[in-house]
Amino acid sequence: MKKILMTGNEAIAEGAIQAGCGFYSGYPITPQNELIGYFAKHMPEKGRIFIQAESELAAINMVFGASAAGARAMTSSSSPGISLKQEGISYIAAAELPAVIVNVMRAGPGLGNIWPAQSDYFQATRSGGHGDYHCIVLAPASVQESYDIMFLAFDLADKYRNPVMILSDGILGQMMEPLVVSGELLVASRKNKRPINQLTTHQLTKPWALTGCKGRKPNIAKSFYLKEGDLEKFNLRLQGKYKNIQDKETRYEGLFLEDAKIIVVAYGTMARIAKSVVNKLREQGKKIGLIRPVTLWPFPKKIFQRLAVSDKLLVFLVIEMSYGQMLEDVQLAVNGKAPVEFLGRSGGGVPTEEEIIKKLQAISFKL
Amino acid sequence: MTERIIIAGSGGQGIMLLGKILSEAAMRENKFVTWLPAYGAEVRGGTSHCMVVISDKEIGSPNIEKADSLIIMNGPSLMRFKKRIKERGLLIINSSLASKYKNIKLNVLEQPFSDIAVGLGNIKVANMLALGLFLAKKKVVSLKSVSEVIQAIAPDDKKALVEINKKALEEGSGLK
Repeated sequence: MKKILMTGNEAIAEGAIQAGCGFYSGYPITPQNELIGYFAKHMPEKGRIFIQAESELAAINMVFGASAAGARAMTSSSSPGISLKQEGISYIAAAELPAVIVNVMRAGPGLGNIWPAQSDYFQATRSGGHGDYHCIVLAPASVQESYDIMFLAFDLADKYRNPVMILSDGILGQMMEPLVVSGELLVASRKNKRPINQLTTHQLTKPWALTGCKGRKPNIAKSFYLKEGDLEKFNLRLQGKYKNIQDKETRYEGLFLEDAKIIVVAYGTMARIAKSVVNKLREQGKKIGLIRPVTLWPFPKKIFQRLAVSDKLLVFLVIEMSYGQMLEDVQLAVNGKAPVEFLGRSGGGVPTEEEIIKKLQAISFKL
Repeated sequence: MTERIIIAGSGGQGIMLLGKILSEAAMRENKFVTWLPAYGAEVRGGTSHCMVVISDKEIGSPNIEKADSLIIMNGPSLMRFKKRIKERGLLIINSSLASKYKNIKLNVLEQPFSDIAVGLGNIKVANMLALGLFLAKKKVVSLKSVSEVIQAIAPDDKKALVEINKKALEEGSGLK
């Protein structure tokens, strides 16, 4: 075990490499360049593949190919670049290929600016591309979790043969924090240059992979169903898979939920700021709690449904670096059974502890 | 204990490095710490800054609205950040590159770090002088931890610079 100071972007890359990522392609964009830089440096050292693609479209389609060949494949970008990748993500979902896509969100719309934001929530959870599909969406809230969550991301992608999206943001990507690395830190082990061909390692456990069909029937990775009725049949199977994921894979962190009168709901960077407010107010004896969704899709509905009908709860307060996107998922889960308030800023502004406290005071005054 | 520090100066003054050394020392002392750089489209000769939060509790925001301490290494940074400090906060200014500043609501310490650094033999250690003075006033991490970090992070071909950096740190901590 080693403790090191690292940026969130680097932690994602290190986590991915530790988790067996064998193929990365990407195209630079602020604020996630440290992530590409880390891969560029360390993937070749480990005998794995790094490609700086000529565009975001090329990058995501290279991931399609590498994944079809059985590799643990990944790409990353920031908001405008993720918009460009949407067509490819839809094709990957339709071909039922595992892939990990990292979005270190910056402010939009359009080219926007390079400051942190959480305004791609709809795009991620409603699956920005065309067609009825879903990405599994994971939201880390610290440098440590940015690292840890990469293992889960690749495992879920392989398990369900489905794209997994990581929603980070400019602050989380750029900041450094102490990180405890479980395995041997790959950076520190440059002496061990034995190349590991991760492509073949993961091919072994993927009988569906396109590995050359000598001695067996050809495998096919496609997203095209022209024969009447075929696409509907396929879509129903996909929907069954999504239902299964919704049943089994929701994750959240809850804090002081059992006696809370006000429950703050936030994810990612916003959750850390909300958490310090909640802890501060708890010390003053205020009955306040926190729900931090870790999976944004599937959204952890059940905890909201349970708490919405409890006698103790008075109100939910959703806080985002957007103008109210996760807010809609909370409202859908609560279904009118409890009031849902909102505080949000976007365009580079991040709600501060003071603003959150002010909002909470305004709410409890109303109550 | 939570200490929020903004460090600002111009590109090339070792502003990011100052923050990283401080953060690394805090990590070695098993404290919670965050380091957040300015990653904007900064221009040559413009300001560069980073924010460091050190605490014995889990840290919420790595972004700092109002700092407990400001370390200012040049004039433009003073203009940009002078309002980003709490009342009675500690404001350390490199008077070699910033004009005199008065504010009775703050604890202002002005020292010609760049000139002292030139006297020591390398203008680039002005940042370690400032860090030394900061740590003498706010003992958030020990000078010993910082010295160890300086030793540990110096690349092999830069080991010759370790001594002068340590010396600057020591000298800075003795300033008033």
